[in-house]
Order: sequence, then structure tokens, then C-alpha cells
Amino acid sequence: MIPAPFAYARPTSVDEALQAIADGGEDVKILAGGQSLIPVMRLRLAAPETVVDLGRVAGLRGVREEDDAIVVGAMTTHSDVIADPLVQQWAPIVAQATETVADRQVRHRGTFGGALAHADPAGDLPAVALALEAEFVIAGLSGRRTVPAVEFFVDYLTTALEEGELLVEIRLPKLAGTWGMHYEKFNRVAQAWSIVAVAALVRREGDRIAEARIGLTNMGPTPLRASAAEAALAGVPATREAVAEAAAHAAENTSPSSDLNAQADYRHHLAQVLTRRAVIAAAGL
Amino acid sequence: MSQISVRVDGVDYVDEVEPRTLLVHYLREQLGKVGTVVGCDTSNCGACTVHLDGEAVKSCTVLAVQADGAEVTTIEGVGRDGALHPVQKAFHEMHGLQCGFCTPGMIMASIDLLADNADPSEDEVREGIEGNLCRCTGYQNIVRAVQAAAAEMGTAEMGTGAQA
Repeated sequence: MIPAPFAYARPTSVDEALQAIADGGEDVKILAGGQSLIPVMRLRLAAPETVVDLGRVAGLRGVREEDDAIVVGAMTTHSDVIADPLVQQWAPIVAQATETVADRQVRHRGTFGGALAHADPAGDLPAVALALEAEFVIAGLSGRRTVPAVEFFVDYLTTALEEGELLVEIRLPKLAGTWGMHYEKFNRVAQAWSIVAVAALVRREGDRIAEARIGLTNMGPTPLRASAAEAALAGVPATREAVAEAAAHAAENTSPSSDLNAQADYRHHLAQVLTRRAVIAAAGL
Repeated sequence: MSQISVRVDGVDYVDEVEPRTLLVHYLREQLGKVGTVVGCDTSNCGACTVHLDGEAVKSCTVLAVQADGAEVTTIEGVGRDGALHPVQKAFHEMHGLQCGFCTPGMIMASIDLLADNADPSEDEVREGIEGNLCRCTGYQNIVRAVQAAAAEMGTAEMGTGAQA
């Protein structure tokens, strides 16, 4: 099908974009790469009054270094994220997870910020951002604010972005080197969404695991931290047996849905298995 | 209506389009580039794949207005001087199609893959064309075709290199 008619705005700066959103009427949609928005508009699941296209906004693409973080522009495409040397050096799990998103064609258009702002619980990047404790820089007509990942993902397809606001960049702490990291995804066929996936970050001190951060994809309406498994991993010997024991807690306090791909109990099982695999890989065991 | 300027298969066009017009519909209905086909309504099948500024995209998931100022290459523009592109030739020779509906997108995705990876393994070909669905062939001959094209293009490049 063809999308319903809409008014189209193509601003060239963040300020112009914010004004276009403010002027766009009741139902404004922000077009980043369009790889989620255009399909739902085509199916008429969304019929916005105005579409504000960020494609020509200067300064929203690319990755730069800033002290102890790398800063990813919201409009940086998935394929540019995968190829970026700063991402590869400082947050390789982001490149690893992004490589599993959809397919080449979609990764050429889809954007890092768009995927995070869309906040699909089956999307791969939200759980990675949550595990990395990324920070989200949000622009509004009254200025900019920074929101930690734990507050950014609010509910199913819902983020801390208020009406009229725009996600402009995402700050990823430089954890590689001190932390090992790995994204373990389970899906059925090529280009399918994650049934469950796990983003694991592990900091070792000698032969012990000092700290672990685990992000879960598709285990609830938002990405979740596997807090019980994280607590169980703190201080344990860096062995496969100890990791397996702690990973058994990975599904605690999660609320996955049942759908055509998997029942909730199967997702509980997957979360434990994938957490074990992801942590073992992240810890280099 | 919005005005767009776009270069398609080497020809410049200036056209009025509705903002909601999908690139694939602009190509097919306004320009008559019917070599690019629509296979699904869900961005899955990849039959409509074209190159937008040199990168493979699904033209059913791009608005025509987003292509303003860009260069588009469709399956109709990959051959040179009446000769098939090496990937087209390889699909023909390796019988990389049965009904042929997925073929334009398969070829555009494969050319894009080979631009990044000139000598892909079988697994790399399969991953590289994961955005394209074929419901006839079981992919075997498609993968063979892409690898045959890679071999031929590699040989051709080596030839050029030796000459230079």
C-alpha cells in the first residue's frame, strides 16, 4: 500500500527541525532512516499529519570522541556505525549487535538514533545501550537535556522523549579494554527479529568476575537489565561453572510476551542459556 | 507536491511527486523503470532493491522525496553498452533464477555485496543477500552465480591492474 497523505518538512538544522515539529500539528512523526516508520505508514498503522525528515539536518551523522565517551550522532546509519573505528575500538558490542540488525539494505538506511527512539523491545540496540549505560542527549525548544539509558526506555515503543523533542546524540562510555563484551542473539531465520538476545559486559579482576552488566532484548515491554544474574556474578570465580550458576537467575523479574515465535516460558529458558553464553564470551572463558 | 531532482541510470530528471510516493513507485510509474519490481508489502523481500548513491536500499522503504539530489541505479542501468553486467551474466549462466521475480533485487544486492567484499565465501554470500527472498531456487544457484561473478570480476580487475 501507499502511505496516507502527509505534510512533509525537510529542515537543515536541529533548531529548524524542532520548529517544524512544533508547527506540524497534532500528529507529527520524525523520519530518520525510515526503516520502521515507512513500513508502518505503508500499512496505514501510522498516518501522521506531518513527517519531519531529518535526512538533511547537519551535524547529526558520525561518531566523535569526547573525553571518556564516544558520541554517536542520532542519524548515523547502521552501516556507518559498524564500520566506525571509534565504535570498533571503544564499544565493539555496538558494532557486533548492529551487524545482526535486519539486512544490508536496511542497515544502509536505518539509523542508530532512530532504532533507539523507536524502542522496539525486540530491537537489538536498546538492550546494548542499557547494558553500556549509554546517555541520551535530547534537544527541545527550551534546550538540551541528558537522560541515562535506564530512564530512557519507559514502556513498549515509548521513551523519555517528550512531544516536540528530538534525540540528537548518544554517548557511549569507553568501556572496552577494562570490560569484555559480547552480544548473543537467538532468532529463527535470516533478517528476523530477536526472539531473545543478551548483551553482556564483564569486568574481570584476575581470576574473578568483579562486575557484570547484562541487557536483555525482548524479555519485556522495554529492554531490561538481568539484575539478579548481575548480582550473582559479582565476585565469583571466572569459571564456566560459576557463570552457568549465576546465569540461571537471568530471567528473574522479566515479563516476556508469548507470540508466534516463542512462548514466555521458552523465552525464560533462552534468557538463561544466552546469558551463560554471552557472559562466557565476554569474560573470555 | 514536492519537486525532486534525481539522476536515474545516468539520466537527470526533475519531477513533481507527492511526499508519500515511494521511490519504487516513482521509478516504475513516473519513469517507466519497470525492471524494478515490488514483491511484498513489508520491506522483507528485497525485490525492489536499487542503489541510492551507491548503496543498496529497498526502494519500497524510501520516499521519492528522500532521493532528491541523489543518484539512483536500477537493474536497467547496470549493463554497459548493451552488454550484461558480470553479475547479470553469472545469474544467466549459473541458472540463478527460475521465475525471475526476485532477480533484479538479487542482482542489485549482489553487486552491492561485491563492492564491499570482492571474494565472499559461501556463508558471506548467504548473509550478504539475506535481505532478498527467492521462493523458487533454494538459493543454491544464486550463491553459485554470485561467486562466479566475483571470480570473473576479480580476474577482470587483475587484468586491468596488470595493464596499468
